[in-house]
Amino acid sequence: MKTSKKVKSVPPSGIREFFELVVGMDDVISLGVGEPDFVTPWRIRESGIYSLEAGYTSYTSNKGLLKLRKLISEKIRNEYSKNFDPQNEVLITTGVSEAYDLAIRAIVDEGDEVVIMEPSYVSYNPCVNFAGGKVKKVTTELKNGFKPNFEDIKQKITDKTVAIVINYPNNPTGTCISKEKLKNIFKIAKENDIWLISDEIYSDMVFEGEKTSSLEIKNAKDNLILLDGFSKSYAMTGWRIGYAVGKEEIIKTMNKIHQYTMLCAPILSQKAAIEALKNARPDVEEMINKYRRRKKLVVNKLEKIGLDHYEPDGSFYVFPKITSTNLSSKEFAEKLLDRKKVAVVPGTAFGEAGEGFIRISFSTGKKELNLALNKINDFVKNQR
Amino acid sequence: MEIGEKETEILNILQDDGKISLENLSDMVDLDKDEVKEMVEGLENNGYIKKYKAVINWEKLEKEPAYASINIKVELSREGGYDKIAERIAGFPEVENIRLISGEYDLRIVVKGGSMRDIADFIAEKISPLENVRDTVTHFVLKTYKKDGEKLFEQAEDRRIQISP
Ligand SMILES: Cc1ncc(COP(=O)(O)O)c(C=O)c1O
Repeated sequence: MKTSKKVKSVPPSGIREFFELVVGMDDVISLGVGEPDFVTPWRIRESGIYSLEAGYTSYTSNKGLLKLRKLISEKIRNEYSKNFDPQNEVLITTGVSEAYDLAIRAIVDEGDEVVIMEPSYVSYNPCVNFAGGKVKKVTTELKNGFKPNFEDIKQKITDKTVAIVINYPNNPTGTCISKEKLKNIFKIAKENDIWLISDEIYSDMVFEGEKTSSLEIKNAKDNLILLDGFSKSYAMTGWRIGYAVGKEEIIKTMNKIHQYTMLCAPILSQKAAIEALKNARPDVEEMINKYRRRKKLVVNKLEKIGLDHYEPDGSFYVFPKITSTNLSSKEFAEKLLDRKKVAVVPGTAFGEAGEGFIRISFSTGKKELNLALNKINDFVKNQR
Repeated sequence: MEIGEKETEILNILQDDGKISLENLSDMVDLDKDEVKEMVEGLENNGYIKKYKAVINWEKLEKEPAYASINIKVELSREGGYDKIAERIAGFPEVENIRLISGEYDLRIVVKGGSMRDIADFIAEKISPLENVRDTVTHFVLKTYKKDGEKLFEQAEDRRIQISP
């Protein structure tokens, strides 16, 4: 029987491919995990349990519980003095994953182009392709701290471009972006009358320097589709809950898809998210402190091992360069797994621009992190 | 000794893991090992770090000592306030901690003993007869679930898939 050509034409996920190698191996220390090692803070889990007990098991309105939308709107107003009407400008989704897909489908027609920075999060390109669009890649480089170049973005804009996608703090590079650069990217969006999709799922996880959110930019709302969620900051990956904010026109269009394809995000997760926003700030701070310490540990170790890298500004990833070992990303990851039983993700899983790099996640306890990095050290010394 | 950002960070890290290696500690606070060593010694010598202890799950060994929490009502005498009586009680090694509390009672102490009998004897012989002690209530501990911020019951293992985006 037939399956879609369009879907077939999208290459398989590099992450998945590597996962197949790791799965079934015993005693592997994995630095390849893209989610927090903490379980959801107890107060959030407890409120989920309470909601179940109280019988919250139904659908909610398509856009999500108004109380949750109000809390999100309030949070944005308090932090950035920007107003998003909880009735029409906030949409609760099943994770940023859904929110991103909705945003893309809401704006892309066959043949439209979307500009994406590489290395990039794994879903960005495929979702554009599924929607019939074309990806225009802007390569970011270690020597620039993986920050995109204004001119490079500008060059990729054609009359078919409908959006630019950005993600800071970034998965996989851990980089953030300065307000100045953000302003410039907004300028491009404004001048060309296109959307700026900003995936800020790691927005709480900024270690040093100022937090760089698109919400800080003046008149951002005109072009912005902001995506954020609970998976990372609140260690709630399995709850599948996130949100999009933007002006009414775009949220309405996204909701049109959402109402038919998802109906609504799980009520249990929405209830838990309310608790998260209301009371879990101290839990988040505690987790971020741990990530910060581990980041220091990892970058200092990488320094000693002699692997060139950009010290992450945020997220829980670092993206060291491994070309000094004369191995490709894939070879490095496979050999390291085979010889040392340490799993990292080959940089190529995040696009061609990731060749020569690996992604190390420090959402792992200190003990395992130490052990794994010592093994990486042995491995690298033997390779050279 | 001045307690700045680095010192506070060191205290926080050590409170969580008193056995952390000097190398890890110095990596985490971004200072040379020598500097960190000196700082830690300073914190020790100036009484910011009292000592390093293990949190032991005696229950698992089934050799747990008996514990009781005792509320004490104190009648203050003319000389010396709560501090004086608290210091006096603190002298007994059986007493694990003492806190001044609000409410009906004044002091709450936790006493450790080989058995409930030992604790009962200790209260009867050493605490109740004290001149300033008017009244005590003793609550024996039946089971400990969390101690010094550490949960003592079995916790979920890492259930994450090994590689994810
Ligand atoms: C940059 C980025 N966006 C989105 C997601 C997906 O998040 P969610 O769990 O909210 O779907 C991830 C998860 O790894 C991510 O790293």
